[in-house]
Amino acid sequence: MISSITRHASNAKFADGHSVQVIKDESLGHCRTPLYVRGAVGKVVSYIGSYKNPEDLAYGGSGLPESPLYWVEFNLAELWVNYSGDPTDTLQVEVYEHWLRKLAQES
Amino acid sequence: MPHDHPHPTSRDHSEPRPAFDKLLSQVLAKLDHSGLLTSAEVTAQIEDMEGRTPTEGARLVARCWADPEFLDLARKDLPAAAAKLGVSMPAHPVFLLLENTEELHHVVVCTLCSCYPRPILGPPPVWYKSRNYRSRVVVEPREVLAEFGTVIREKANLRVVDSTADCRYLVLPLRPRGTENLTEKELADLVTRDSMIGVTNVSM
Repeated sequence: MISSITRHASNAKFADGHSVQVIKDESLGHCRTPLYVRGAVGKVVSYIGSYKNPEDLAYGGSGLPESPLYWVEFNLAELWVNYSGDPTDTLQVEVYEHWLRKLAQES
Repeated sequence: MPHDHPHPTSRDHSEPRPAFDKLLSQVLAKLDHSGLLTSAEVTAQIEDMEGRTPTEGARLVARCWADPEFLDLARKDLPAAAAKLGVSMPAHPVFLLLENTEELHHVVVCTLCSCYPRPILGPPPVWYKSRNYRSRVVVEPREVLAEFGTVIREKANLRVVDSTADCRYLVLPLRPRGTENLTEKELADLVTRDSMIGVTNVSM
């Protein structure tokens, strides 16, 4: 259970429950999207807020415009081949919107 | 082509890195000289952080267990709850409580570096910053927890939370059974640092 925080989702592209894929891209410098989730499919848990873009901030930029940040949940058994834990084990990561693309909704 | 130079095999923060130490001291000297950031300010910040210990987190956990209204506040606004205990936390990053329940256990890691709720727990332990913990807990969390002596019930869900960007997390461990008659101070004495990272449970 994540404690609730005030969220203003007006500028957020993805809603809770959306299936998303983390963009499988190289990053040339500072970046807060871990390599091990790039290309992985997960689900938006919720929008957290919008924050200055760390990829710009790291090099003296303003970090603006702020980028929407989400909690994205991955199933560990889907993330790793031969995952040894329980099939319900999950991983939750903070991912900026520009690193996500929406997948078609499962029916 | 001769291949006789050593390759770094680990990037643990705990290992000595003389080139970076030299760079750091030179940058600090420049900053101090220019007046942008004085060594006194750096020292004051380090002392403030090192003066913070897991005791603050333990007091907060004990209050959450003992006082439902306080728990509600901590869920909604962790810095406001901490302020009631005299602990100041900055407005950014976002500090959040991860509540362990009978059905869900949280464990926190920062795979990218060593993000940690320092204002409420102090500096992170060396193992938290180690490449071993950071790389393994997202791949085989139950094995890593077992090495801490922690076994998650088969039926309970395990959620690994990677602190990658703007959030810092404090785990609210499950209150152990048989503690109904303990005072808040006695409860706080049971709460360990590791339980607030989620690698252990609190026990009597």
